[in-house]
Amino acid sequence: MVIQQDKMQSLAARMAQDEVKGRSPWADARKRFFRNKAAMTGLIILIAVALFALLGGYFAQWSNEDLDFAVMGQVATMGAPSLENGHYFGTDDLGRDLFARTVQGTQISLMVGIVGAAIAVIVGTLYGATAGYVGGRTDQIMMRAVDILMSIPYMFVLILLLVMFGRSIAMLFLGIGLISWLDMSRIVRGQTLSLKNREFIEAARATGVPSWKIILRHIVPNLLGVVAVYATLLVPLMILTESFISFLGLGVQEPLTSWGALISEGAGTMNYGTLWQLAFPLFFFVITLFGFFFVGDGLRDALDPKDR
Amino acid sequence: MFAYIMRRLAVAVPTLLLLIVFSFILMHLAPGGPFTQERELPPQVLANLNAKYGLDDPLWKQIINYIWGIVAHFDFGPSFVYPDRSVNELIAAGFPVTLTYGSLAFVAAVAMGVGLGVVAAIWHNSFLDYLAVGISIGAQVLPNFVMAPILVLIFTLWYGLLPGGGWSFNDPSFWIMPVIALGTSYMASIARITRSAMLEVLGSNHIRTARAKGMPEHRVILRHALKPAMLPVISYLGPVFVSMITGSVVIDIYFSTGGIGKAFVDSALNRDYAVMMGVTILVGALTILFNLIVDVLYAWIDPKIRY
Repeated sequence: MVIQQDKMQSLAARMAQDEVKGRSPWADARKRFFRNKAAMTGLIILIAVALFALLGGYFAQWSNEDLDFAVMGQVATMGAPSLENGHYFGTDDLGRDLFARTVQGTQISLMVGIVGAAIAVIVGTLYGATAGYVGGRTDQIMMRAVDILMSIPYMFVLILLLVMFGRSIAMLFLGIGLISWLDMSRIVRGQTLSLKNREFIEAARATGVPSWKIILRHIVPNLLGVVAVYATLLVPLMILTESFISFLGLGVQEPLTSWGALISEGAGTMNYGTLWQLAFPLFFFVITLFGFFFVGDGLRDALDPKDR
Repeated sequence: MFAYIMRRLAVAVPTLLLLIVFSFILMHLAPGGPFTQERELPPQVLANLNAKYGLDDPLWKQIINYIWGIVAHFDFGPSFVYPDRSVNELIAAGFPVTLTYGSLAFVAAVAMGVGLGVVAAIWHNSFLDYLAVGISIGAQVLPNFVMAPILVLIFTLWYGLLPGGGWSFNDPSFWIMPVIALGTSYMASIARITRSAMLEVLGSNHIRTARAKGMPEHRVILRHALKPAMLPVISYLGPVFVSMITGSVVIDIYFSTGGIGKAFVDSALNRDYAVMMGVTILVGALTILFNLIVDVLYAWIDPKIRY
């Protein structure tokens, strides 16, 4: 009987433990995310790139604007990456330190990506949630407006805007912000439609909560999962858009730079054998996109109960 | 079906008009006119120029004239920078080129993307699956402006196999790099979409039934699985088509192929608003038309859609 008593005790202990440790859906999702190797790799890459953008400047031996006159004019032979003269990534065609330039480009590209995605999240979520919650004719008009905006060739309009009103970061943000929220609003609207007939919304309505408060307090928090996944996938798209425009020479202006501008410069000079000018910006560009895609996929797998 | 197409067209026309009006007003708001130069023109010359191009009319009249020119004569007006050439000529010179490599890239991306996706789904979790997923993940981070320099580096600078730029309708070796550069990242997206859609369909009941009654596997896949799995792919075709045209901007610049992308960027750098607007409107019209085709195709394949 002694043995059985032991078993009973351990069973009781285990049951008590189970009762204490409840698991919320978010905790579940977090666990699934941390178990996903690809997503964790992506996260580590992103943290590394962010650290590079934030702290890289302290390790640079040269400022991003100074010309190294020792290298100038013979970049192909003297400007290669080297630890001795402090140009870890070599120099660009004008003799500027590519390490400092890459740090700067990383900062700007990441900023464009994150700000663009943030605009999309805020505008798209509110717009979509409002359209979906209010419904009826308002919904139809709002979504028709989105349809119309969607069929505009936005890259061309963005270039149009940049050319007509001058190339500045503010204009770039405005232009990217104008188009980035469209997809988000559609996704959010679809989710809202399925949420709005649930009991807890009905209860809120029955107790007299005003519509805007229901949207902000009860609809939006329940959309967070979808929005988080989509936002992570949106950041690389914004980075791609900005790089595309900068590659054409229509984006950020000197002395500012971005990955797209650096890739463009590197691609223009690779004939002369200065491959590092293409390789380093391209490397950061590619690994960051990888990182975001992996994290986005990981988040989707973690938060989407259908795919479990 | 006919009524559905008509209804969609009824939305498409105002959309296009809105695009025209929007870009026209934008052009008007922009600081500096088409004749702003470093050396200022004498006021009388400027007035004459403005009168010639109708720029001294009130804005609404200009817009109506412009739209009427497009609708009645398919005429986008003269270029502001090259007075002897019309916008039509500039666009017509580049359009066949863009259409050639754009449609080739489109077909290649769809065919290879769907192929990879289907193979990956059929042999799920096998070596082939991992290979296909690997290719599609790798290709996804290689947009056209990254692919273009890499391709030139490998095929022109290192191996000297392909010409690094230029265009000829008779020599396909000029086509290869633009098509690969343009299509790669979309092939990857199509492969991913196809794979996940196909996996979902292959797990559904009607496939189990088809297998249970002893249907040969290739017919199960071709007849019962492929059709529903194509729906998400089809809805992605609209954006892909648009990207083919947008991407032509990069392709034309990098490979000097001389398509409409070149006309657009040249006009953007020269502030030749007439050409910019012409290209934007043309691309907008193509986008709307293609989205219409995609929607009709979608409605035709998916019996659940009521139109």
